[in-house]
Amino acid sequence: MFDGVRKSYAGPGGAQVEALGEVSFSIGRGEIFGIIGRSGAGKSTLLRAINMLEPPSAGRVLIDDVDVSTLDDAGLLGLRRRVGMIFQHFNLLSAKTVRDNVGLPLKVAGVKPAEVRARVDALLELVGLRDKADTYPAKLSGGQKQRVGIARALVHRPAILLCDEATSALDPETTQSILALLRDINRDLGLTVVLITHDMAVIREVCTRVLVLDGGKLVEQGPVWQVFGDPQAAATRALLRPLQHDLPADIAQKLVPSLDGRSGHAIIALRFTGDSHTGGVPLATLAALGPGATLLHGGLDRIDGHGQGRLLVSVPAATLHTHAFQAARVVNSLGNAPGNASTTAAGHSTDGSSLADHIEILGYVPAHLG
Amino acid sequence: MSLPILDKYIQAFLETLLMVSVSAVIAISGGLLLALTLTVTAGGGLLPKPRFNRGLSIVVNMFRAIPFIILLVAMLPLTRLIVGTTLGTWAAIVPLSISLMPYYTRIAQVSLNDVDRGLIEAARASGCRRRDIVRHVLLPEALPGIVTGMTVCIIGMIGASAMAGAVGAGGLGDLAIRYGYERYETRVMFEVIAILIALVSIVQFTGEWIARKVDHRR
Repeated sequence: MFDGVRKSYAGPGGAQVEALGEVSFSIGRGEIFGIIGRSGAGKSTLLRAINMLEPPSAGRVLIDDVDVSTLDDAGLLGLRRRVGMIFQHFNLLSAKTVRDNVGLPLKVAGVKPAEVRARVDALLELVGLRDKADTYPAKLSGGQKQRVGIARALVHRPAILLCDEATSALDPETTQSILALLRDINRDLGLTVVLITHDMAVIREVCTRVLVLDGGKLVEQGPVWQVFGDPQAAATRALLRPLQHDLPADIAQKLVPSLDGRSGHAIIALRFTGDSHTGGVPLATLAALGPGATLLHGGLDRIDGHGQGRLLVSVPAATLHTHAFQAARVVNSLGNAPGNASTTAAGHSTDGSSLADHIEILGYVPAHLG
Repeated sequence: MSLPILDKYIQAFLETLLMVSVSAVIAISGGLLLALTLTVTAGGGLLPKPRFNRGLSIVVNMFRAIPFIILLVAMLPLTRLIVGTTLGTWAAIVPLSISLMPYYTRIAQVSLNDVDRGLIEAARASGCRRRDIVRHVLLPEALPGIVTGMTVCIIGMIGASAMAGAVGAGGLGDLAIRYGYERYETRVMFEVIAILIALVSIVQFTGEWIARKVDHRR
């Protein structure tokens, strides 16, 4: 459907602001594709290039091999009826009832009132708001408003749904229900969903692939598990920080760079990128840490069957010199060699000697950890 | 109160009603059309025409700057052209309409500009043409403000119609000046004022009621 969405932008306005530098990527049919970036990264401009609400100043956007920037007014009307869109602030008409809001796109397209009503009611059923048809939007909660927004976006039976920060104005519970609805319609209607957000949790929840924008440039893209498990760009790592298990403050305070011969514990971060641990992380592999190890903090997420995450453990400093631990580290450093990263690490993970994809000694805590 | 006097009141009241209602229809429909034109052609509007927009805006401001009593006199040739006379109730309707049209234009324009741009974007994204957006988004969403503006405009018009006595238009204001001021019949003046207060209150309350009826924003 979208094959080779390609575009490069100069800047809108006289001052030639670069909203988007040359950005090229493609989105597959039926995907839930996430675009993430900090505010001002150009996400919104990129999204609006798909339905030409903001035409790019250079480059091409191809949908089904048609360059949408070449469409005339009538062509644009047709395009926008095949591409639905929902918004952060819902953008429902306050003067119209829920039914009239959802039905308006059909009405202006000249569909007969009886058919408009039938289709609108079927969609309200789908989003679970059949009983609110005659209510005005002001009387609805945020989640209900977004459901109306979704129904309106689907009313022309589009092939693509654009989501502009669709859950950013909602509370966590409502966000979950809206994301579940998006996942359902993606599966049941075979709709391609393109969503932009600044919240990595949303990406993890629903997306199959993700693209990271920073300062109008594409800095990273790939399957969600890969980008989460092994982020390459600084911007990606910054966006992931809220979801990450950083060193807790009480331990960070006690941390010293070296024990200088005193007894104590080493604090080690084990990172699992998802490359080697497709089924999860076998607990047996952690045995290499020895009997004195303590799991301090962290977690593992399963994304698309890939186990990725970060565990912080404390091990007695003496363990660092044991044969088992050294072996695991060696395997690990081999595994990090470019080119054969996944094969080497994966090969060892099955026989239980590879501890993790990345092992990092963060520091030491002298004496005993409370 | 003797009957001929009562007749005078009724006649003056009807004249005021005629002047205000006909002028209001002309000024409000013309003003709304101008406001829509200004909103749509503004930079970032549905059909940006910056130079045309600036020109029209200047014309609107020019008419707003002219005091009604001066406009009344300056308009005399045009009035003669349109209604065939420069005296009487119908002759007052021309300057009244023209004076309040730009005033209402600005009031309506504020309401139209207040319509959330997100709503227009959503309408464009769902395949609405410009005329659909004007009809289904701009006008209905601005309606509460447009109605409130009408109330303000009509009340302003009731006030301005008093000055129309200068061209022999009659009406309540004329009655108050001729009897109350020139003949020192203070009672007539107070009675006219009481009628005007009642009239203005009715317009105000009706306007507020309608504005509430069409406002679904909360």
